[in-house]
Amino acid sequence: MRILKSRGARMATAAVAATLVVTACGSDRDKGDEGKDGGKDTFVFAGAGDPASLDPALASDGESFRVTRQAFEALLEHEPGGSKLVGGLAEKWSSNPEGTVWTFNLRQGVKFHDGEAFNAAAVCANYDHWFNWTGTYQSSAVSYYWQAIMDGYAKNEDKELKPSNYKSCTAKDDNTAVIEVNKASAQLPGGFSLNALAIHSPKSIKEMEKQEATAKGDAITYPKYSQEAGILAGTGPYKYVKWNKGDKQVEMTRFDDYWGEKAKVKNLVIKTIDTEDGRRQALQAGDIDGYDLVAPADVKTLEDAGYEVPTRDVFNLLYLGMTQSKNKALQKPEVRQAIAHAVDRENLVKTQLPEGGKVATQFMPDTVAGYTDKVKKYEFDTAKAKSLLKGAGESKLKVDFCYPTEVSRPYMPNPQDIFELVKNDLEKAGITVTPKPMTWAPDYLDATEAGSCALHLLGWTGDFNDGYNFIGTWFAGKDKQWGFDDKKVFDAVNAGAEEPDATKRVADYEAANVAIMDFLPGLPLSSSPPGIAFGKNVNPPKVSPLTQENFAEVSFK
Amino acid sequence: MLRLVIRRLLQLIPTLLGLSVLLFVWLNRLPGGPASAILGERATEAEVARINKLLGLDQPLYIQYGRFLKRIAELDLGTSTQTGQPVWDEFTLRFPATVELSIAAMIIAIAVGIPLGYLAARHRGGWLDLGSVTGSLIGICIPVFFLALILKGIFAVEMGIFPTTGRQSTDINATDITGFAVLDGLITGEFDASWDALVHLVLPAVTLASIPLAVIVRMTRASVLEVVGEDYVRTAESKGLERKVVRGRHIMRNALLPVVTAVGLLTGSLLSGAVLTESVFTFGGIGSFIRTAISERDYPVLVGFIMFIALIYVLINLLVDLAYSLIDPRVRVH
Amino acid sequence: MTTSTKAAKIERLAELTAQNETSSGASLWREAFRRLKTSKMAIIGGVVIAAFIVMAVVGPWVAPHSPKALTWKDEVFLNRGEFVGPRGENWFGLDHLGRDMFSRFLVGARQTLLVGVVSMLIGLIIGAVIGVVSGAAATLGGAAGRRVDTVVMRITDIMLALPSLLLAASIAAVMGQSLTTVMIAVGVVQIPIFARLLRGSMLAQGSKDYVLAAKSLGIRKRRIVVTQILPNSLSPVIVQATLSLATAIIEAAALSYLGLGNPDPSVPEWGVMLSQAQRFFDNAPMMAVYPAVGIIITALGFTLLGEAMREALDPKLRG
Repeated sequence: MRILKSRGARMATAAVAATLVVTACGSDRDKGDEGKDGGKDTFVFAGAGDPASLDPALASDGESFRVTRQAFEALLEHEPGGSKLVGGLAEKWSSNPEGTVWTFNLRQGVKFHDGEAFNAAAVCANYDHWFNWTGTYQSSAVSYYWQAIMDGYAKNEDKELKPSNYKSCTAKDDNTAVIEVNKASAQLPGGFSLNALAIHSPKSIKEMEKQEATAKGDAITYPKYSQEAGILAGTGPYKYVKWNKGDKQVEMTRFDDYWGEKAKVKNLVIKTIDTEDGRRQALQAGDIDGYDLVAPADVKTLEDAGYEVPTRDVFNLLYLGMTQSKNKALQKPEVRQAIAHAVDRENLVKTQLPEGGKVATQFMPDTVAGYTDKVKKYEFDTAKAKSLLKGAGESKLKVDFCYPTEVSRPYMPNPQDIFELVKNDLEKAGITVTPKPMTWAPDYLDATEAGSCALHLLGWTGDFNDGYNFIGTWFAGKDKQWGFDDKKVFDAVNAGAEEPDATKRVADYEAANVAIMDFLPGLPLSSSPPGIAFGKNVNPPKVSPLTQENFAEVSFK
Repeated sequence: MLRLVIRRLLQLIPTLLGLSVLLFVWLNRLPGGPASAILGERATEAEVARINKLLGLDQPLYIQYGRFLKRIAELDLGTSTQTGQPVWDEFTLRFPATVELSIAAMIIAIAVGIPLGYLAARHRGGWLDLGSVTGSLIGICIPVFFLALILKGIFAVEMGIFPTTGRQSTDINATDITGFAVLDGLITGEFDASWDALVHLVLPAVTLASIPLAVIVRMTRASVLEVVGEDYVRTAESKGLERKVVRGRHIMRNALLPVVTAVGLLTGSLLSGAVLTESVFTFGGIGSFIRTAISERDYPVLVGFIMFIALIYVLINLLVDLAYSLIDPRVRVH
Repeated sequence: MTTSTKAAKIERLAELTAQNETSSGASLWREAFRRLKTSKMAIIGGVVIAAFIVMAVVGPWVAPHSPKALTWKDEVFLNRGEFVGPRGENWFGLDHLGRDMFSRFLVGARQTLLVGVVSMLIGLIIGAVIGVVSGAAATLGGAAGRRVDTVVMRITDIMLALPSLLLAASIAAVMGQSLTTVMIAVGVVQIPIFARLLRGSMLAQGSKDYVLAAKSLGIRKRRIVVTQILPNSLSPVIVQATLSLATAIIEAAALSYLGLGNPDPSVPEWGVMLSQAQRFFDNAPMMAVYPAVGIIITALGFTLLGEAMREALDPKLRG
């Protein structure tokens, strides 16, 4: 070991030694998450993306609501683990037969995080606050859900906005709030359950109103209050402590004056890990206690290793979209039917999609009222597809097929794999497919929405249990994404939209589903539950088809 | 020296201006807009048109260009379409993390690379030489993200020695002063926070160090070999000067010159590696932010970042020149 | 008098070119090649590259199965984490969609080589033009030339300063996703390197006596560049081109990792295969290992050969 005599070598040895020391110390590193009573007092959950805003009213994406749902509650909620509407901040609710006057009997003894009391005046302060939004707040990039439910504002600043369906909110007494709308809508009462319309403390609303959302340069800037803990105050079981943007995590702590059962674990951290394998590895390494959007391939691995991997009910839909205006051949019903027969959806569900996935027969999952077995079904049959194409004179059909890269959606865990399978099936039926990959946002969404993709993969996760929330999204009228004009389909879909009677509405949706599948504007592929996983020592919350897990239910074993 | 600094800073202005023109042209050749990025599946034609109008994206190009220039002049880098917050704020928030990571990586690369390179050269043909040359070749040839995945798989997931993600454990309530997590802990006396941050830094820093380490080993080795062959070293050695003196005064001082240049250039290239490393380890720095900006087409962020890098690059080059004149009096800059 | 001075100049030039003939030109190459043959690095690098090229050329013909068809799609259950490992029919096992990995690996070599070579050539050709123009302007163009040189170098400086991935991603963003984009993006990253290299070596050559002599003889500038400077600047370019092939292959893999790779995932290419397989690293690590090893070994081959050539050509590095 002559070499060790030189100082350089000693330096190198020292470096190696230092590494070993770090390694050694690292190995018995105090995990540090032991609470004073010996149990863990922080539950860490990982999502796939950063929230856009801590104020749910300004959000429209699942990653934001995952966070805001823990701190804010709406008038109505869904039953834990289901899609049935139940009382939230309102214990009971009713409407007049026309569906225009909604009366809410409010829960008593509810406190906001800032100490304010919850009452009917607070409810009205919220609804009036949203109704009176001006400026950039009227952009659907900021207030998507208010527009989706109530259409417009007190003073619409853009003539393309529809007049508001919201009329007024009155505090009949301290515990009774009455919300009036101009006409019945399929969005109600489901809309009252949206976390975007969750109730804030009136005191915080006064603070918020001092701040503006601005549109400058190339983007919309969210108001400052929505980007930090401080002003925001809801009634939920957890309250915000800090949004650590650098470390991509929102930190929350138990709200001790919560009206219901208090959160079992003191601290809640929701952080972002953007890749599926990154989240899985973090769980395996014990860095996190649970995560959402588990890759289908990992479910079995995790289950076998003893992790909690509960299965959600399905409440979404993945479809193969067809844009008839983009490729004239698609205007022939036989061609669309041929494509439907060509795709082996059974295999897709069997091999690729998470357990609990189902082949879709229509444009809504079977958990939504309005689903019917009476629709026309298109079974997998390559020979039939070929003969249909031949009959239509399209044996040499060429078609562009767009798919998104680098994204995982709740209804579509692995778009690229699904694309490859569908492409392979279409090619077997003699169709020439040109792949068009794009990044999810904005390229892919722009292209599909503008109708520049003949074939494409898209889907939808329901906001609440109403069929219009699915079919109304696509087939309420002429839409560039589909590029067809068929009055029969549109009328059938819109029949239920303003029907106040829930039973009649369901019948309307069933008829609409039959009409849609006769026309076959696109091919519904599947409904599959997004995977969610928890650590071995976690008692998981009831998992929700609407991905509305309530982390206050979580405890450690 | 002051004149050199001033001249270099003045050179910056036309460079950045030219760059801004290029960037604007680039921006306008791009497909897509921010509206659908914000709305996702929920974007409809009418909504997108309304948002574009709101943002002034429907106005003629020359007006948009004017606004773009004005903003640049005001040092306003615009608003990130991903987060809806000013690009500048996003940068300053995340920059310390990346600087910390880069410094750690550079320390590893230099502290291991220079001694190793020197030893390899002094024992040319030996096992150490062979090992370090082979190692450095592999270090250059292995894709950074693959190395990161392997290190993470072995040391974090299998062995559980290091964490898989982030800069700090979620439960450590460290006080944030400078944004440098290790330094903050030392300032406030929260040594556990410092240690925690350091542990989080190890795997990303080792990954990121792989390429600069490989380059430094080879540069040092080649440079030392060259210097050792020079007459003055031979003279010094034949004069019977102590080994230590020869090494310090004759070999290292001369051999380090090209290595310093390389270190300067490598610091710039660390950012490329940081994009990959940080995204594998979900390390909350500029790198992972840029990676999402790339995949979500967050153009204001990309544009701002390019301007930012150009600035940093010029400054680093300036520093390298100054370092040169300190190490070697012959290259004193006039 | 004018005749005699001119004659003296020609004589002097003749002397110089004669001297030059011994120190550079053909004999230098012969000498370098001789050294190269004895270098272990060069031999290993050469063998690896030769094997790679053979694979790239014959791969698609000898591949036992179709690399694109989802032949065994019913046997792989992604949602249960059930993959198919190596077996008699499929030597490397199946990928996540039931395709033969061995065939994909073989065919992938060609794509990988294609991406490497084309992008290197893009960088080399454009970089060479910029470098030669800039270098020639600096050595032969006087004050105005030097100014042109400064401007050109300032631009390449900025290109060099940008993280290569960011540059490539920016290009991919404008051009849309395609194989051409990958090649252009990776190629553009190489442009400033070649430009600087050629300019630098031209500057070095430009101050050599034989160039000064030719210049003073009134030989046309373009001819000096083409006949005198360029041939003598070539050796470092060849070295860099070999090294660039390694970089290009690695860089293309990184682009795939960022989701900016070849748009058609059914076309096998090692970088794409690797970035797809990392999702299944836990269940089927070999799916990632095959393409990763392919990339590393190939890049290593090019690096070894390039380094060996550099050493052979550079007398200083000879020990």
